[in-house]
Amino acid sequence: MTSPAATDSPSEKANVAGRPLAATEKVSDVVVRFAGDSGDGMQLTGTQFTNTSALMGNDLSTLPDFPAEIRAPAGTLPGVSAFQVRIADYDIHTPGDLPDVLVAMNPAALKTNIGELKPNGVVIVNVNEFKDRNFVKARYASNPLEDGSLAGYRVFPVELTRLTREALKELGLDNRSQDRSKNFFALGMVYWLFSRPLDSTIEWLEVKFKRKPEIAEANVRALKAGWNYCDITGLFQVRYEVEPAPLAPGTYRNVNGNSALALGLVAASRRSGLPLFLGSYPITPASTVLHELARYKHFGVTTFQAEDEIAAVCAAIGAAFGGALAVTATSGPGFALKSEAMNLAVMVELPLVVCNVQRAGPSTGMPTKTEQADLLQAMFGRNGESSVPIVAPSSPADCFDAAVEACRIAVRHMVPVVLLSDGYLANGAEPWRLPAVEDLPDLRVEFASDPATFQPYRRDEETLARPWAIPGTPGLEHRIGGLSKADVTGEVSYDPLNHEKMIRLRAAKVERVADSLPPLEVVGDGEGLLVVGWGSTLGAITGAVNQARRDGYRVSRVHLRHLNPLPKDLGDVLARFDQVLLPELNSGQLALLLRGRYLKDVKSLSKIQGRPFTRGEIYAKIVELAAAR
Amino acid sequence: MTEATLTAKDFQSDQEVRWCPGCGDYAILKSVQSVFPELGIPRENFVVVSGIGCSSRFPYYMSTFGFHSIHGRAPGFATGLKVTRPDLDVWVVTGDGDGLSIGGNHLIHALRRNVGIKILLFNNRIYGLTKGQYSPTSEVGKRTSSTPLGSVDNPFNPLALALGAGATFVARSVDIFQAHLKDVLRRAAAHKGTAFVEIYQNCNIFNDQAFSYVTDKTSRTDGVVYLEHGRPLAFGSKGSEKGLRQNGFGFEVVDLAAGSYTEEDCVVWDETPANPALAFMMAQMAGTGPADLPTPVGVLRCVEVPSFESGVIAQIQGEVGRRGAQTLHDLLHSGDTWTVEPPPA
Repeated sequence: MTSPAATDSPSEKANVAGRPLAATEKVSDVVVRFAGDSGDGMQLTGTQFTNTSALMGNDLSTLPDFPAEIRAPAGTLPGVSAFQVRIADYDIHTPGDLPDVLVAMNPAALKTNIGELKPNGVVIVNVNEFKDRNFVKARYASNPLEDGSLAGYRVFPVELTRLTREALKELGLDNRSQDRSKNFFALGMVYWLFSRPLDSTIEWLEVKFKRKPEIAEANVRALKAGWNYCDITGLFQVRYEVEPAPLAPGTYRNVNGNSALALGLVAASRRSGLPLFLGSYPITPASTVLHELARYKHFGVTTFQAEDEIAAVCAAIGAAFGGALAVTATSGPGFALKSEAMNLAVMVELPLVVCNVQRAGPSTGMPTKTEQADLLQAMFGRNGESSVPIVAPSSPADCFDAAVEACRIAVRHMVPVVLLSDGYLANGAEPWRLPAVEDLPDLRVEFASDPATFQPYRRDEETLARPWAIPGTPGLEHRIGGLSKADVTGEVSYDPLNHEKMIRLRAAKVERVADSLPPLEVVGDGEGLLVVGWGSTLGAITGAVNQARRDGYRVSRVHLRHLNPLPKDLGDVLARFDQVLLPELNSGQLALLLRGRYLKDVKSLSKIQGRPFTRGEIYAKIVELAAAR
Repeated sequence: MTEATLTAKDFQSDQEVRWCPGCGDYAILKSVQSVFPELGIPRENFVVVSGIGCSSRFPYYMSTFGFHSIHGRAPGFATGLKVTRPDLDVWVVTGDGDGLSIGGNHLIHALRRNVGIKILLFNNRIYGLTKGQYSPTSEVGKRTSSTPLGSVDNPFNPLALALGAGATFVARSVDIFQAHLKDVLRRAAAHKGTAFVEIYQNCNIFNDQAFSYVTDKTSRTDGVVYLEHGRPLAFGSKGSEKGLRQNGFGFEVVDLAAGSYTEEDCVVWDETPANPALAFMMAQMAGTGPADLPTPVGVLRCVEVPSFESGVIAQIQGEVGRRGAQTLHDLLHSGDTWTVEPPPA
């Protein structure tokens, strides 16, 4: 394990079977990866471990990693679903580069994940699944438990299937039903190993399976059986404790990015007084935004599952025309479909928030894997000169604030705004310090009302936004649409100079969003090497920069939330540094923009593998650049 | 607050109408502008939404709120608008290209959902604005700029398509049948769910006289049957020399004047059956002129089904009533939370 903070001497008390209790070691942070078949419940198991650890006060970060298919054939390599969670007693930024503990429910899960387990790491396997056909499916030529290939690890083979069935045999369930509780047996074991209480999981099971108490009972029994198995058999000589992290005072809840995003939209609706309308179409990994908002009807939220992505965004724009806070949520392929309608929103200058929860592309790509490769699409993927503000959250909890910010820009500047999240943030979780409602920005707007002064495109002097005049307002009847239109009056116009003027006015309107942005926060010495990032790379960059600074390198970091317009002070910040490094989960898209805009030789660190950066990858590049000077 | 009576003039915008001289759209505009003031709705509560095409220039010529959206997508905008603002009277103007080609998907879903909007589809059997390509309602063999050897694909039957999508109000009229068109528009205005109206419209530049077999002097009486709920299907220059009798899954024309058949042998038109089979049969009746089967105009179907927005709003209001007391603070604090206390001073 990494950096144990203290070692307690073994207790002198004996446990029930008369063996001495295991020694308890305090560790500062540990990374656990649960891996199994898609049907084995690894996401559920990992989420339960995460929630329990959150309630215990650890800082944590998660990385779910699951395939796109609903249920690939059991035991095969493409069917492996994994959940990695890191818990710590200090402020952490990533889910961990490599796991310390691997739970492998079958050979395929072992095959896929063992290569990343730390040397001398713990691997718990369900030995009942380690038999011939499963070796073939996992492309193992021999049994890894017997051929010496796992010599560098501490292997704990457990008859998970048999023991689970044993624990449930009085309940009269068939084998298949019993086997479905295997994951809770494994969870019980891991809870014991890390001294986690069972209570919150038991409570969760009782609520979730209220209508099927026999399932709740089976899972609770399996959970306790897993715990007891470790306690009684002395399987592990040592168990670990991870103390609460010194988080800032406040009230916390564990949240994933899409949940936080949904809550941010509801908060923006309340703070603006506008009803929230979501027009959406299911697409991985954005669907849960729709699911969550569909449960907030009591906040006056309308969710419309449209017939396709285009109808979804069109309905949202129609709602905006009617005076709603209008949003649509999708991923890359859907974002591509929405480009024409987004441009209509650009031309009619109505508020709209378009969430793109990015996934690996191009085309269908890897639906459940993360990427940051839609930035240039958000910047330029529309016909003609079309600039829209772009806001990118940088952590799961930050999705709340980024959503509020996107709504703020949309309603204040009468413009469609892109909220650029990604799959890693959407599904990843962390503790979230709940904000006070009164600290959230006031987003109230005034609709136009005076026929005497109203002109559809008479712009606000400060923001260049046009008035928001909703149908039903007497005397304000007017027509808007996608055709080029005259300044002030909004009448259709093909006048050449007017066309150019309106294009430049809209561009200037977007540029003025930068007037209200806070100054950039540069963390570090302020000279030497600067690591610039955006979106979900914050965690890995922070970890890497922290480590580099501890190791004596002169390195700083700055993270961009606003990608269009870019903050006004960014040019000055870049100029102060000799070298700029920009890690991105794409081929260097922001690097291209910064080089073009600031004529600065930004060095791109590009990773396009459907997985986040590790701290180590960024650290290695920092060291390489520092040495090259 | 006094409400001055609205007139057709109040619905004319200040924009110079730019359709080609002789275009059927002028007649439709006039009919709409004369029906809107009768509806007892304040002018500011009307919204006209269109897509792209000659038809879709319509909103600019109405002095109501108007939204000229993108090709084929007007029903999507209209749905979002109507759900958000059920208080508004929302009219969608589309064409055979905008509504049945690129917009086909959105049209059928709006009809399926029964959103409380009125959809006027100007069918001129051609693409006008883009200068004369064939459309999904052009006849087989139609020679156009994109089909120089004649079109090889079969056209849609818009009324049949609407009925197939589950539309609760389906009607047809003709641009120059002013009185009839106004009646149909009034009926559409009164309908609570989606009202679908196909309007035969003459594009005199790219497809002139496409509907002469309906609009010629003789055709109007001898080649058209005016559907009226509760009345036997009869037509002719004197009003009822011919009738329509059911024959298998279609209709046949019978001579009422000669004496062998009377009105009792004719189908009594019924807009209301839940099963749209009769209306579908009528939609299939495609004549070619007075010597053939007549072309039906009027209301083929009108059934009362709760509108989409009423269902959406009822759910929201129900939840607001049941759980609306939850504050934003409570929402954020819901689920498993824990508190980190400040360190002791």
